[in-house]
Amino acid sequence: MPPILELDGITKRFPGVLANDHICLTLESGEIHALLGENGAGKTTLMNILYGLYHPDGGRILVRGKEVKIDTPNEAIRLGIGMVHQHFMLVPPFTVTENVMLGVETIKNGLFLDRESVAARIREISQQYGIQIEPGAYVKDLSVGAQQRVEIVKILYRQADILILDEPTAVLTPQEVEDLFQVIRELVARGVSVIFISHKLKEVMSIADRITVLRDGRVVGTTRPAETSPAALAQMMVGREVILTVDKKPAQPGDVVLDVNDLQVFDDRQQVKVEGVSLQVRAGEILGIAGVQGNGQTEFVEALTGLRAVAGGTVRILGRETTRASPRRILETGVAHVPEDRQRDGLVLTYSVADNLALNTYYLPPFASGIQLHERAIFASAGELVKQFDIRTPSIQTLVSSLSGGNQQKVIVAREFARPIKLLIASQPTRGLDVGSIEYIHQRLVEKRDQGCAILLVSPELDEIMSLSDRIAVMYRGKIMDTLPAEQATLEKLGLLMAGVQPEG
Amino acid sequence: MKMEEQPQTRSMPGWQRALNALALPVLALFSALLLSAIFILGSDPVVLTAYAKFLSDPGAALGISWKTIVDAYHALFIGALGDPAVVSKELSEYFATGDTKDLTLAFYPITESLVTATPYIFAGLAVALGFKCGLFNIGAEGQIYVGAATAAFVGYSVEGLPWVIHMPLTFLAGTLAGAVWAGLAGFLKAVRGAHEVINTMMLNYVAFNLVHFLLNGPMKRGGATGHIPISRNILESAYFPAVFPEPLRFHFGFFVALLVAVGVWWFLWKTTLGFEIRTVGANPRAGRYAGINISRNFILAMALSGALAAMAGAGEVMGLNHNLAEGFSPGYGFDSIALAMLGGGHPLGVVLAALLFGTLRAGATKMQSLAGIPIDIISIVQAFVIMFVAAPKIIRWVYRLKGEGGFETVLMRGWGG
Repeated sequence: MPPILELDGITKRFPGVLANDHICLTLESGEIHALLGENGAGKTTLMNILYGLYHPDGGRILVRGKEVKIDTPNEAIRLGIGMVHQHFMLVPPFTVTENVMLGVETIKNGLFLDRESVAARIREISQQYGIQIEPGAYVKDLSVGAQQRVEIVKILYRQADILILDEPTAVLTPQEVEDLFQVIRELVARGVSVIFISHKLKEVMSIADRITVLRDGRVVGTTRPAETSPAALAQMMVGREVILTVDKKPAQPGDVVLDVNDLQVFDDRQQVKVEGVSLQVRAGEILGIAGVQGNGQTEFVEALTGLRAVAGGTVRILGRETTRASPRRILETGVAHVPEDRQRDGLVLTYSVADNLALNTYYLPPFASGIQLHERAIFASAGELVKQFDIRTPSIQTLVSSLSGGNQQKVIVAREFARPIKLLIASQPTRGLDVGSIEYIHQRLVEKRDQGCAILLVSPELDEIMSLSDRIAVMYRGKIMDTLPAEQATLEKLGLLMAGVQPEG
Repeated sequence: MKMEEQPQTRSMPGWQRALNALALPVLALFSALLLSAIFILGSDPVVLTAYAKFLSDPGAALGISWKTIVDAYHALFIGALGDPAVVSKELSEYFATGDTKDLTLAFYPITESLVTATPYIFAGLAVALGFKCGLFNIGAEGQIYVGAATAAFVGYSVEGLPWVIHMPLTFLAGTLAGAVWAGLAGFLKAVRGAHEVINTMMLNYVAFNLVHFLLNGPMKRGGATGHIPISRNILESAYFPAVFPEPLRFHFGFFVALLVAVGVWWFLWKTTLGFEIRTVGANPRAGRYAGINISRNFILAMALSGALAAMAGAGEVMGLNHNLAEGFSPGYGFDSIALAMLGGGHPLGVVLAALLFGTLRAGATKMQSLAGIPIDIISIVQAFVIMFVAAPKIIRWVYRLKGEGGFETVLMRGWGG
């Protein structure tokens, strides 16, 4: 039997970039084939070619042994190829049924949408594959995990049997990831073949049958989980040896820098999101805040940095009360903030690297006197920082939007670390980054700690929290469940606390 | 992370980028003139008659079409820039005899274009500055009237001042009035989140009716005759002086406008305040994160935008009309929205676009008298220019242009509020 899908020598050029260079890949029937690579390695380009969004400059695509030409997504769907994009393609005010039938509407009596028969078919699919989904629910009311299931059902409804999942776990909580893996295994057991795109080593090791690693648009190799290790995969991805554990000396905590007392914060809908949080962070230590996303971490950090109003309690930084201070005053107290969404909050994408590096110090000497900006000083400092923080950019005048995610994050880190800071609040500092950049950011955080900076690290990635923190606080439904010294924090203990369960003893 | 895998075109040299930036508006204008030709033909009864006999004599119909279009655009050109033959003849006559009377007439069209471009520069800068802060100021027309009314009042009521004081005072008073007027919309947005599009639009009607009231009451000229209510004339000490002798109307306001354009460029790109405004416009969340006060910038940007628009009104009063009349602006404020878009939101682009719009409007008058083409055709040309600039994909598709402009996003944001 020929492989269900075969890519033979696919090449795609963009001006100045060879995005895909003679890529060969086979997908066997009923296989989970992981495509692993750093951001910019060419994974998404390759899949967009397969889905008919880009046209290859060379190479052949074979589906079930027959050479095909895929010009449009419709053609891909006709060939049984379905794709779940990283950003969902759903209409929030529509129901699940309406979203599923969108584009392939079933009509009754020549005029009306036949929602009933589609809903029935969705229930059938849901039962067949063990995918929990309610056809009548509105998509806007669904959790991220459930929305992803709608995307998958959409594809199954169109009777696709080749499923491409583009970074499907990036937006999911650990529990939702488990649910998703369950669904994927069920699909494969029923004859669906899956291409699973990711840059997360552990996930790939646990779900894939075979793993193909891409680097700089080329296939580095194909392997099986049993024959490899996370470290070996990381080396294939980055092209050099990568230290996955963080090497650090014991912390030497000094004075209290951040002192939060009984803090209360509401979200935009006036729901309590942070309820009576009290904690302290000392100079020279990293306090990690673990917790499933959406348990108040975002609002907590926003309140600390002045971006969200505090409803009750106090925040003191270096002994000074900053509970109701403006973001600027808090920055000037010596607080650095690496925001959780770098493109939304941390960068102005249409600005140059230099302007982004001066984003919160543009008004201070030597960058300005009075209202006059001194571009020369801004450029000089930017040139320094680009060198010092190894930001890979053609020039400091390059728009920050054209840098890779890792280098964008380096711009933020450089900007925040370049100021004399006493407290660093880092929210998911490695979100969406590749292995090499994660390693770099982690080293910098530990370095900053050793220089005597107090660090509050917020991250839903337990690995990150456990490898960096000196103490770990677990946040659940707006409250701190417990704070543990890092030595005592096991995966089991943290897992229970994250689920809101207080472990015995 | 799809974005990161997209190719980028930012590495090309500066001149090429400049050329790219120019290609779109130039092609938009070209296409607009091409399409408007259809309307020129449709408005000409002679052409229509010829087409009625198209089947028996297609050559005549096509020939007359061609002639009509050429005549129309020729008239437009001469009306806007002057007849080259006349200019050269009068120039040689001037060198021979030293007689300037006919020479001034030869230059009349081009100076008229500059006269019309003057309010366009001010108002275009106003809208462009708003864009830079992510604000859509569609109230420039109302702000023009407020600026004009205030300038007129200060211009005729404050007596006994020397020109060096009275002239700047009048201009500043008008400017300040516009700043307060538009600043109100900025304040409402900053404090209550009210959308500036709605508020500036509504303030337009308030401004129009305010001027109507003033001209029929407190500011009414005693013993005035004619249909249009009009104010007293301002004192000569408040004039923008004319550059050339009569009948040329070209006045110093044009140079003030150029100076202000340079000032706006300096303000936006070379000062901390401009940096803040641009940051808020490009990404307000990042601005807040960086410690920038968003509300203050909304108010400041709207006030400055209103000030610039009001300068257009004050300039017309001080340099051209020397009084306030109802309906003195033929829609400069509304045209300036299109103009700012055509200019890509950049002061230099705005000046170029304003020169173009001034030329079109001045030329249109001639086109009407010489070729009998309705003056409204120019509005159609302008409308097409706006459409093509606002929908650059059409132009890119027709002319197979590559690359992306960054400006569409600003406009989207303006409406998204």
